[in-house]
Amino acid sequence: MTALLQILFDALSLGSLYALGAIGIALIFGVMRLVNFAHGDYISFCVFALLWPSIDATAIVFAGQLPAYLLIPIILATGACLSMLSEILVFRRFRNANPATMMIASFALGFVIKYTLLMLFSSRPKSIDLWSELALPVEILDARIPLLQVITIIITMLILAALVAFLKRTRFGLEMRAAAENFTMARMLGVRANAVILLAFAISGMLAASIGLILVTQTGTVDIQMGSSVMLVAFIATVIGGLGSLPGAVVAGFLIGGISVLMQVILPLDVRPFRDAFVYGAVIVVLIWRPDGLFAPRSAKQRV
Amino acid sequence: MAERPSIFMRTLSTPIILIMVLVLFLAIAALVNSGPFNQVVIDAMVKVTLVVGLYVFIGNSGVISFGHIGFTCLGAYATAWLTIPPMMKKMALPGLPALILETKLPFGIAIVLGGLFAALFALVVGKILMRLSGIAASIATFAMLAVINTVYSNWERVTGATSSVVGIPIVRVVWPYFLVAAAAILIAHLYSISRSGLALRAARDEAIAASASGVDIGRERLIAFVISAFIAGLGGALSAHSVGVVTPDTFYLNLTFICLSMLVVGGMNSLSGAVMGVVVLSIIIQVLRQFEKGVDIGGTIFAIPNGLQEITIGIVMVVILIARPSGLTRNTEIVWRGWPLKRVSAAAES
Repeated sequence: MTALLQILFDALSLGSLYALGAIGIALIFGVMRLVNFAHGDYISFCVFALLWPSIDATAIVFAGQLPAYLLIPIILATGACLSMLSEILVFRRFRNANPATMMIASFALGFVIKYTLLMLFSSRPKSIDLWSELALPVEILDARIPLLQVITIIITMLILAALVAFLKRTRFGLEMRAAAENFTMARMLGVRANAVILLAFAISGMLAASIGLILVTQTGTVDIQMGSSVMLVAFIATVIGGLGSLPGAVVAGFLIGGISVLMQVILPLDVRPFRDAFVYGAVIVVLIWRPDGLFAPRSAKQRV
Repeated sequence: MAERPSIFMRTLSTPIILIMVLVLFLAIAALVNSGPFNQVVIDAMVKVTLVVGLYVFIGNSGVISFGHIGFTCLGAYATAWLTIPPMMKKMALPGLPALILETKLPFGIAIVLGGLFAALFALVVGKILMRLSGIAASIATFAMLAVINTVYSNWERVTGATSSVVGIPIVRVVWPYFLVAAAAILIAHLYSISRSGLALRAARDEAIAASASGVDIGRERLIAFVISAFIAGLGGALSAHSVGVVTPDTFYLNLTFICLSMLVVGGMNSLSGAVMGVVVLSIIIQVLRQFEKGVDIGGTIFAIPNGLQEITIGIVMVVILIARPSGLTRNTEIVWRGWPLKRVSAAAES
């Protein structure tokens, strides 16, 4: 029972990260058909915003020393700004390009961000101590669960609830959903395309920033690669969920988190290092079974 | 007004001109005759092979593949398994089958087997993946790359996990690399003018019309996938012999990025674009590398920081995508139309 609870919390907290990543990618895909490969590098960038640029082995913590009530808004704003900046400088020029071209452009942008970080901070992982007291376990029904896991899950739920409220209850949310459904038609009916897209990028950037904060608190290290692995899984979650479908992205994120943790437990010891290979393999199987994903939105269907 | 060129020149001028470009590099290498420069030319030949391999699939099918560097990885390790001296293999990679442990093949046979191994893998995986289309297919190829990387970085007894596999015989002469690159260009061209290549390009431009005309898109894509995996595997085997060491992470996102950007900069939909992209970006990379090492300007050593190379390539790529989405060659092939060289739209030609 306790072991089961432990697994459940592991799965939920890992799934939370993936779900947050997937929803950030799905939001952008919904409004402009862009598969944003730079998303993972937004995560890394936000993490490095805690530090002062230096290529020394030890981290010079700068913004990271601020109290949480200042730090969190600043990091979220960093993510939003970076994300909006990339839309203004790069993606805005690709409004009429096909999705493949935009995908490659975002791949290139991600590399520019990653190597900018490498230039400023070197490629060595650095350790940083951010809210490490959160790693202490709490007892829930006899199981010792790290407090951070509980907080991660609660925060994710809050973010998701806020996002749903925003999308369903506000004018901007309505416009965004309309744009995701049929962008041309939405524009004709008076939706301001650039404003909606910019807002989607801002939200996506803030989601990336929150993933960054959670990751750095969990691992205590900063690394220019740290966004990439989350991003890869998040992508896969978006595709499995059905590209452009927000509920699909969330469900698939939790699903992949669950499968990863489950495989970690049930796979025999000598196959365990290959866990990720099994997870990605499972993705391919799902795609064969349902090429449009589990919850393909109607707008994704090709019209003949 | 000159006579129209012969049918031979009209069908084969593109690969011949492109191979001549490579010969030019070969000649420069022979003239300069320095070790480091030789290595640069070898590197460029390997990249030509890889990017031409990418072109065969991406250019003809229009589906962006992020997975081909996975095939490169397969090819590189296959040639490592076949050419490392048995004594060293028993120590480093004891998990290999006995037959492979005992054999030591010459370079030429090993690289072809490396390519075939990648092609065989592509046949099996492609049978499944090619049922997908568009962005789902791209992401699935990405997942395939991740699977290959995870397996090769963890299979201690067969791939040596993340540590480098050493002992691969190093080939330092340029011409074998040139031969393979030239062969890759020829194969790619023959494929694109073949029945299957034409059908696939038709499907790329108008999927619905093509399948209504009887093109089995999945089948044609699979053919292109296997051929391109063969070329990418060959390229991987070559790159293993050019440096003598393989690690799984050499064949991951960075190489994917460089190869894709070469293809995009040149022009995704044309073979000439693939080769020109390699030539142009290789030159840019080489110049930037010089700057990273530091150059002497007016008595002071001036060096740019590490990482600026990739940043510049990334920016060049984005700018090209914005300004000329069809690449430097505008997706047309360079063809021979008598003197002088003229570019003709591929659409008008075919």
